[in-house]
Amino acid sequence: MAMTETKSSRNTAAQEQKKAANRRRTIVYLVLLAIALIAPFLAYPVFLMKILCFALFASAFNLVLGYTGLLSFGHAAFLATGGYFTGYLLSNHAITPEIGIITGTIAAIILGTFFGLLSIRRQGIYFAMITLALAQLVFFFYLQADFTGGEDGMQGVPRGYLFGFIDLENNLAMYYFVLAIFLLGFLLIQRTIHSPFGQVLKAIRENEPRATSLGYNVDAYKLVAFVISAGLAGLAGSTKTVVFQLASLNDAHWHMSGEVILMTLVGGVGTLVGPIVGATFVLTLTHQLAQSAVGDWVNVILGVVFVACVMAFRAGIVGEIQKFAKKNFK
Amino acid sequence: MKLIKKVLTAAVATAMTAGAAQAAITDNEVRIGYLADMSGTYRDLAGPNGLEALRMAVEDFGGTVNGKKIVVINADDRNSPDVASSTVRQWLESDKVDMVAGLVASSVTIAATKVLEGSDAIGLVNGSAASSITNEHCTPNHIHWAYDTYPLANSTASAIVAEGGKNWFIVTADYAFGHSLENDVRTVVERDGGKVVDTVRHPLATNDFSSYILQAQASGADVVGFANAGGDTVNSVITAGEFGLAQSGQTVAALLFFLNDVHALGVQTAQGIQLVTGWYWDKDKDARAWSDKFYKRTNARPGMVHAGIYSSTMHYLKAVEATGSDNAKVVRAEMAKTKVNDMFTKGGYIREDGRMVHDMYLAQVKTPAESKNEWDLYKIVRTIPADGAFRPLSESKCSLVKK
Repeated sequence: MAMTETKSSRNTAAQEQKKAANRRRTIVYLVLLAIALIAPFLAYPVFLMKILCFALFASAFNLVLGYTGLLSFGHAAFLATGGYFTGYLLSNHAITPEIGIITGTIAAIILGTFFGLLSIRRQGIYFAMITLALAQLVFFFYLQADFTGGEDGMQGVPRGYLFGFIDLENNLAMYYFVLAIFLLGFLLIQRTIHSPFGQVLKAIRENEPRATSLGYNVDAYKLVAFVISAGLAGLAGSTKTVVFQLASLNDAHWHMSGEVILMTLVGGVGTLVGPIVGATFVLTLTHQLAQSAVGDWVNVILGVVFVACVMAFRAGIVGEIQKFAKKNFK
Repeated sequence: MKLIKKVLTAAVATAMTAGAAQAAITDNEVRIGYLADMSGTYRDLAGPNGLEALRMAVEDFGGTVNGKKIVVINADDRNSPDVASSTVRQWLESDKVDMVAGLVASSVTIAATKVLEGSDAIGLVNGSAASSITNEHCTPNHIHWAYDTYPLANSTASAIVAEGGKNWFIVTADYAFGHSLENDVRTVVERDGGKVVDTVRHPLATNDFSSYILQAQASGADVVGFANAGGDTVNSVITAGEFGLAQSGQTVAALLFFLNDVHALGVQTAQGIQLVTGWYWDKDKDARAWSDKFYKRTNARPGMVHAGIYSSTMHYLKAVEATGSDNAKVVRAEMAKTKVNDMFTKGGYIREDGRMVHDMYLAQVKTPAESKNEWDLYKIVRTIPADGAFRPLSESKCSLVKK
């Protein structure tokens, strides 16, 4: 009797604690949302849109690296595919931007399915190398294809009218549209991770043979996660094309796949907000340095940041904060 | 859709003319933004020394125009069109920049000029090679100054054929840029009675050129042309040097090859290569005098891009002074009205498509015996007169050209 009582009280205590944690998380999200809503009045909107696009890209990448344990070295291919398809459609056909973005995303999903089917059969370094090889194929295809404009890139893509009547040439309208897309993508990732499906993904990350022995079709789970991630990367690329009105080879280059790894690592692998913080940090740093007196040193400084991150704080900015909070405010 | 676009353009043009009526220097300052690759592949082509050339122009002009201060800001484009597009947008909206200088990688330049189009600011393109910048991508808001691929391909080919190099072997980078260069060369060579014996294509960013160079050597062609750019050209030239193409009697022609590349490789490797340049520091007295000043500040001899930045900035500032305005439309008209006579060129003029037309030079890299110091690199073989050097307006796809 007494035992069950303590047990139930312990249960309620745990529930309370969980509720409190949820409440805290909701507050954090609301604060972040409020910041995002007023940000374009405080900072330069085009730069903020760039951050949002890359934050979405990094979050998508984090879904496979942080939650499924797959290090993809070919995510640039999805970013570029989304961008090029959207850019081509908007430049050559009279369609509204949202249709262009959806089509670009679908193209990335199809490419992601193909990549995924080929690559998820292998693990670790082999997986990374296969994705890299496939992405290089895609890079050389875009380099040679006529419609991409080769190394000049696809330029002067019209932003157009959202739903046919909202003029996206207005940076504020564009910003809130990008913010909406980002939130949609972020919510999708958040739901994926906190669903039973996400639990299985984490199980696979922690111990793949055990997940198999429990009867899960591991390959199918990995494939779905990979395709979601590819689709969201494509969405980020499509949106980026509309924002900058161009799609270029830089997006397909393997440097881009490396940059997204850097963003995710610096922010915190396997944390929900980590990639967002990472993207903001890396982009702000390069942006500030590019216009400063030490501009020539951008790449060196980024390299040092990367090394420092790997050596000193492996969990990334958000990961370390979480660790610190757990240790001190429990 | 097209009609709406036309009407809009007309409306914008009228609005701009209306604005131009009250010509004045806005914000009481002439603001110049220098956008170039400061940290990557093209650092030596323009980079920090290009910024120095720009500062020299501002200082030589006295630091002010009509009593208004000239302010220079700069940014690294990291060879990314995204960065270029957002930087130029920010410069226009927040920093009120009136002129954008530098502009190197062609993707960066096109992205930047698309943003400039329709604004009150003008872009002076010096670093880029692509001739499409004043062809299908022309805008009323930019001028292409130092050089482009058209004379690089056409003049190099026709000059070398005229010197007796009839049979060509072309090593081509396998993508749109390389293909178009190859085509340009082939057209000119065949027009002038030469022949392209064979071609070979290599992927972008190849490290090992030996098999391509050996094929070129075995072909027995008089001339081996490199229709590639950047690191690929440098690697081709190194390999050609190692296999002794020049010594075995073949002429090596690099289509996109710059003073800083030759300097980096040294005359031992690069000797005998023929190339076309828009300017050479030792070409005449004025050029030498200016490059001596440049050398004192940077400890390097200027390339054609650096000289172009100085020359175009001076010409721009003179136009601002003459019109008392920093509005793109007004200044551009004034710049086109006056000829360019300075250390860069004599009698240069700006065409309606934004191309600054000037003499180009066919140069040959000196042998180690001829070269007196580390920067004594070229001998000028012949001058290519301005009128035949650039793409004729009759072939232009630029919408600004009236036909």
